[in-house]
Amino acid sequence: MNIFQDANRDQIAGRRRMDFMLHILFVVATSIGVIALCALIIDILIDGVARLNPDLFTNFPSRKADGSGMKSAIVGSIYMLLIMAPVSFIFGVGAAIYLEEYAGKNRLTRLIQLNISTLAGVPSIVYGILGLAIFVRLLSLDRSLIAGALTMTLLVLPIIIVSAQEAIRAVPKSRRDASFALGATKWQTVSRSVLPSSMPGILTGVILAMSRAIGETAPLVMIGALTYVAFLPSSLKDSFTVIPIQVYNWLSKSKVEFHELAASGIIVLLALLLLMNLSAILLRNKYQKKGL
Amino acid sequence: MQGGQGLQTSQSTPETSSALKGKYVFKNSKVSIMNKIMPVLLFLCASVSILTTLGIVYTLVSETINFFKTIPVFDFLFGTKWSPLIPPKSFGILPLLSGTLLITVIACLVAIPIGLASAIYLSEYAPAKVRKVIKPILEVLAGVPTIVYGYFALSIVTPVIQWIFPSAGIFNALSAGIVVGIMIIPMVSSLSEDAMSAVPRSLRDGAYALGATRFEVALKIVVPAALSGIVASAVLAFSRAIGETMIVTLAAGSTPNMTFNPLDSIQTMTAYIVQVSLGDTPHGSIEYGSIFAVGMTLFVITFLLNILAQYVARRFREEY
Repeated sequence: MNIFQDANRDQIAGRRRMDFMLHILFVVATSIGVIALCALIIDILIDGVARLNPDLFTNFPSRKADGSGMKSAIVGSIYMLLIMAPVSFIFGVGAAIYLEEYAGKNRLTRLIQLNISTLAGVPSIVYGILGLAIFVRLLSLDRSLIAGALTMTLLVLPIIIVSAQEAIRAVPKSRRDASFALGATKWQTVSRSVLPSSMPGILTGVILAMSRAIGETAPLVMIGALTYVAFLPSSLKDSFTVIPIQVYNWLSKSKVEFHELAASGIIVLLALLLLMNLSAILLRNKYQKKGL
Repeated sequence: MQGGQGLQTSQSTPETSSALKGKYVFKNSKVSIMNKIMPVLLFLCASVSILTTLGIVYTLVSETINFFKTIPVFDFLFGTKWSPLIPPKSFGILPLLSGTLLITVIACLVAIPIGLASAIYLSEYAPAKVRKVIKPILEVLAGVPTIVYGYFALSIVTPVIQWIFPSAGIFNALSAGIVVGIMIIPMVSSLSEDAMSAVPRSLRDGAYALGATRFEVALKIVVPAALSGIVASAVLAFSRAIGETMIVTLAAGSTPNMTFNPLDSIQTMTAYIVQVSLGDTPHGSIEYGSIFAVGMTLFVITFLLNILAQYVARRFREEY
């Protein structure tokens, strides 16, 4: 009897030890991601803070690292955002409304839905190839601001559609019924009841999609966002550059000073992203508080 | 929609609507036009996604066919030398494929164990407070632009690798692979965690009632039950690593090498596309065409992997 109890106790103790050890292993594994993020941020701050001065914002890039700035890149990124945000908002939310409120349950709808989820998995550089072939060559927009913005719009559309669909789906059916009961038509119901109450969720998704676009480099390299732009684009057909491209340009130079510049460029980029994400979080919190 | 221009509430019967017609027809004509036009406009918005896909397929296919008129398909698919810019020109994609595969395998060796362990920790072990802190941090990690990861690879990971392996070059596959792996950790962990939290509480409770410890519940109950979702997340991560561009362009170099030595400099498909588009390649040249052939290969591979992931997630899901 005693022997069995001892054996049992040993076995349980062994399993407990195993549980404890694995617990530690899992904690360590999880912290690797956290440590990597901290290392990345600290590294960039250390390298980049020295060159984080007004020159960076007021000067154009130049051959010498000293006094070199990224005014054209910052302005280019903001211009792109200003074009991309309304265009992708209209098309993304329009598609989401169609799929959630109007589309019948048929093969076409399933095809569109499947297509959107497939597009979300297409590598961003393939969008660059698309932009190069369609916008730059076929529509002969050349290597312009508008070609870049349209390419990036196509890239973020699937993200916006999916998040807008979720936001619209979260609107309770009773809201729609109430609207119909007051004699509203379908479009009145959608535009005055469903859309306003899902707007915070939709905007959150749009902001997150925009922050993805601001950091994208590869598709814009493809369509030829120039790496050396010493002027501000004054029309949609002008050539342009954006922050990540400028950073890439500095990184591909061999001198250490340019790498420091790249690090300070990254700080600006991350600060911009942080700002956008914060506004998305604030929006989400406000939305949750209202309980709708 | 009943009868043309009338008051069109979806609840009104034909009689009431025709009775009200005369009275409200002008007041509501704008409403009625909106009701007719909007579905069409919204459908056009939705069709942009279809047009995008058609555009991608059309450009890739047509330019690739052009390319294959000069370079035989067989030479492209099975050639072992990729030298598109320096004569004698040669367009065998295997070195680019092997480079891509090398990066992807290293990335998955980093991301899948760490991502899965994080998912198990977050879903089975972590107290709610810890989870509330860790999950947003992983989300931030997922939102960091790839160019920033490229910087991270060059300024931290590569020096560490060179310190451990003095034979490693400035550009090596290991550094790029590890950083791509770090980039996709959040993807593996969040998708796997979603799959694990979908496993019903009763299964866990049953195992605990039989005296199982937490790791037994996690590894013998939850992971098997969520396996389809976990495998799907791994496949998606693999596909994401194949399509990653800036990290490999910056850290892995631009020498198309048929090698499986992770300390060597290699070139991936994506890095090649960037390299060509940075140069001044004239439209219609063979180098220009090669972008599309390589892009087509990349697109087909990632497309098939994404379909596979969806299939696995759906076909092998355990329903409770």
